[in-house]
Amino acid sequence: MQLVLEKRAERSNTIALVSPLIAIGLTIVTMTILFAILGKNPLLALQAYFIAPLTDSYSLQEIAVKATPLVMIAIGLSLCYLANVWNIGAEGQFLIGAVAGSWIAVKTQGTDAGAWVLPAMFVLAAAAGALYALIPAICKVKFGASEILTSLMLVYVADLFLDYLVRGPWRDPQGFNFPTTAEFDPVATVPLLIEGGRLHLGSIIALLVVAAAAILLGRTIKGFEIRVVGAAPRAARFGGFNSNQLILLTFAISGALAGLAGIIEVAGPVGHLQPGISPGYGFTAIIVAFLGRLNPIGILIAGLFLALTFIGGEQAQIAMKIPLDVTKVFQGILLFYVLACDSLILYRFKLVFPNRQVARGTG
Amino acid sequence: MQAYQRMLDPTPNGLHSGESPLLQTLGLSKRYGDFLANDSIDIDIWPKEIHALLGENGAGKSTLVKAIYGLIQPSAGEIRWQGEPIVLSGPSEARSRGIGMVFQHFSLFDNLTVAENVALGLDGKESFKDMSARLEQVSKTYGLPLDPRREVWQLSVGERQRIEIVRALMQDPKFLILDEPTAVLTPQEADQLFIVLERLKAEGRAILYISHKLEEVKRLCDTATILRGGKKVDTCNPRLETAASLARMMVGGEIKEVKAAAGRQTTIPRLVVNDLSLTPDEAHGVRLEHISFELKGGEILGIAGVAGNGQDELFAALSGERLSKDPGTVVIEGIAAGHLSITKRRKLGAAFVPEERLGHGTAPRMRLSENALLTGHAASGMVHRGFIDTAATLKTVDRATETFDVRKAKRDPEAASLSGGNLQKFIVGREILRNPAVLVVSQPTWGVDAGAAAVIRQALLDLATAGAAVLVTSQDLDELAEIADRIAVMFHGHLSEPLATRDATREKLGLLMGGSSLEPKEAAHAVGA
Repeated sequence: MQLVLEKRAERSNTIALVSPLIAIGLTIVTMTILFAILGKNPLLALQAYFIAPLTDSYSLQEIAVKATPLVMIAIGLSLCYLANVWNIGAEGQFLIGAVAGSWIAVKTQGTDAGAWVLPAMFVLAAAAGALYALIPAICKVKFGASEILTSLMLVYVADLFLDYLVRGPWRDPQGFNFPTTAEFDPVATVPLLIEGGRLHLGSIIALLVVAAAAILLGRTIKGFEIRVVGAAPRAARFGGFNSNQLILLTFAISGALAGLAGIIEVAGPVGHLQPGISPGYGFTAIIVAFLGRLNPIGILIAGLFLALTFIGGEQAQIAMKIPLDVTKVFQGILLFYVLACDSLILYRFKLVFPNRQVARGTG
Repeated sequence: MQAYQRMLDPTPNGLHSGESPLLQTLGLSKRYGDFLANDSIDIDIWPKEIHALLGENGAGKSTLVKAIYGLIQPSAGEIRWQGEPIVLSGPSEARSRGIGMVFQHFSLFDNLTVAENVALGLDGKESFKDMSARLEQVSKTYGLPLDPRREVWQLSVGERQRIEIVRALMQDPKFLILDEPTAVLTPQEADQLFIVLERLKAEGRAILYISHKLEEVKRLCDTATILRGGKKVDTCNPRLETAASLARMMVGGEIKEVKAAAGRQTTIPRLVVNDLSLTPDEAHGVRLEHISFELKGGEILGIAGVAGNGQDELFAALSGERLSKDPGTVVIEGIAAGHLSITKRRKLGAAFVPEERLGHGTAPRMRLSENALLTGHAASGMVHRGFIDTAATLKTVDRATETFDVRKAKRDPEAASLSGGNLQKFIVGREILRNPAVLVVSQPTWGVDAGAAAVIRQALLDLATAGAAVLVTSQDLDELAEIADRIAVMFHGHLSEPLATRDATREKLGLLMGGSSLEPKEAAHAVGA
């Protein structure tokens, strides 16, 4: 008896929908075992992770706040991945966007600049993120350099550049030597949606991005182009689509969205520029993109789910002394299972009995 | 191992080997998932026999020979070799028992010499020098001339096939399997091959000859086993059958005759190629050399030639997948288009059908409606201000389905789920429904069942009757004779002067395909200059 993977005639849409759920289920089983090994009560740990954050308004708002950058970045990444190019450096584009937007905030600090400041910060952040993402894209198109490596390495460049700025030229003179800029002026801050709450305008922008991506991919010729270039490059060339242009375009869009997410995070929940503004949003968004099946609505749901694990991880740390790194372990296991379960969309398991020499079903 | 085989052997001892076939399959079945590729097939192959295995694409011929050659394990049934049941662990065991095979697609390394390639395929016990000597001797004995020191990329397709045959013969096989050996040969080269095969037969060897060319089988083979839909239909003596009766057994019904409309009018030139030369962008690609021709509306021009003589490069240059620096080299509807993209050429009224259906002509994992959009987005009203009109793309699918009898499980399935013939009908239909002024089509019926092939050829004829210019590249001379008005031949990147189809005998075309008549032509050029 033998277990074989057998190719399906056509991709299974049912499995395509169910596969993320199977992956989440398997992840939870694995986590249960992990908690037991750590000597924690698995039921209580899972409760702290997945149930507790859903029970109070503060945590719910916090989930939306955390999901905002994840969803925005993941939408951009999904366009790259659909076109079969691999932008792994969204974290760097996020940081560069945050730096570029903060430049306006820092330069207008204490002046009575008007309401143009925040929109200008958004535009500059998006442009900077796009340009930063175009570096690996151009290297790929011109020289055939692997965009996976170049985009990833640029993350560390961006990280250290930000570090330099907040420790050097942009450091707050009244900041007791902490590596941070001064708190942004109100005109340079993302407005809150609920007075005294945490939810801010960025979440609305993220929803608009989801809607725009859904229309782009589902209804427009550009979206079709992205999908064909990724799925069948030779057919795409036969269709008259230029894959090099598309590499540049998808990288630029994903860089712009990551940069925008970066400035929204800095000018919103954080309020100033400092190192460590991202708990790895750019990398977690890769998981969000795949868990969401590279589909905008799926990404919205997946983004909320991953945000839940961030908040749940904090709660589990406070309540049960479970290390915060377990959240990263959780996310890694989740990505592993998502990719594994995806093979079931095109394949199915079958038991084979090679010794049975009877011709079955001759018809 | 042998004890195990004896244990399995249900036949009583004492059977005279002369009375049992050399190779026999009993109830051989192979299942892939839900699909039964071979359904309990019995076949007997005797020494001194050339046995044809006939069948359409997908009838199960390849699966059967793969099982006989040990490449796959049958799901049920058994194989007997000289009366004794055997289980082949792989091709090397098949070879050591005396079963050889020459594949349709060669497995040769372009950058190695002939001798090195042969050495790689042998279980090297002898020195390279001895092996080379034996190689030369075997090739001389059978009239298959080969220079062991030449590198493979310099050789013609026919010479490459010779390497494969000699490599198989060096194992001194009792039984040789040949998979569509003449598909890549000129008629003259095929004749030479037949002499070799007759000789192998006279030496007492058996040959299993896979083909779908019926005249060839009638001429060469003693026995024919016909497969259809994975089942054996019949075993017969092909010399006592007509080509039509063999075709009926293969197809399981009558094949529609293709009819050309009488009195087709040719009009203005719609596709003109002027002195087109292009260097290849791939390592061993073919350079196009000064190609010129003119194609009028209402006319079908056929391009014959052995694969790999520049047909792919010509298609890419005509479609705009490769651009030419000089716009005047390709003129579509009177407009210089050599520098224009494929989309712009489509807007001028050109349409293209490439050889490869999956991955080139269509995106395999996308729906038919999306594949209609793939080539229709430029000029078919499927896109309004960047937005896709889904209803219009679906309408194209429905119209193609209706007009060209595309059979599929649902209204809008993925391209990869269609059979080769139905997908090809869809692709050709998709282009013809755009009413092109110029249609460039490569291998229109390659690997397509006979019914679909007839539909496609008729569609090409009807399109020309309606006034379009049609360029058909094909390796099937019968197909070109059936539909083309003129036939030209590609050889080493050169295109011959087109011959009127009635003057284009197999012999003439065969000479051109082998590059033979280029010399007198060059002389003629010299006189003209």
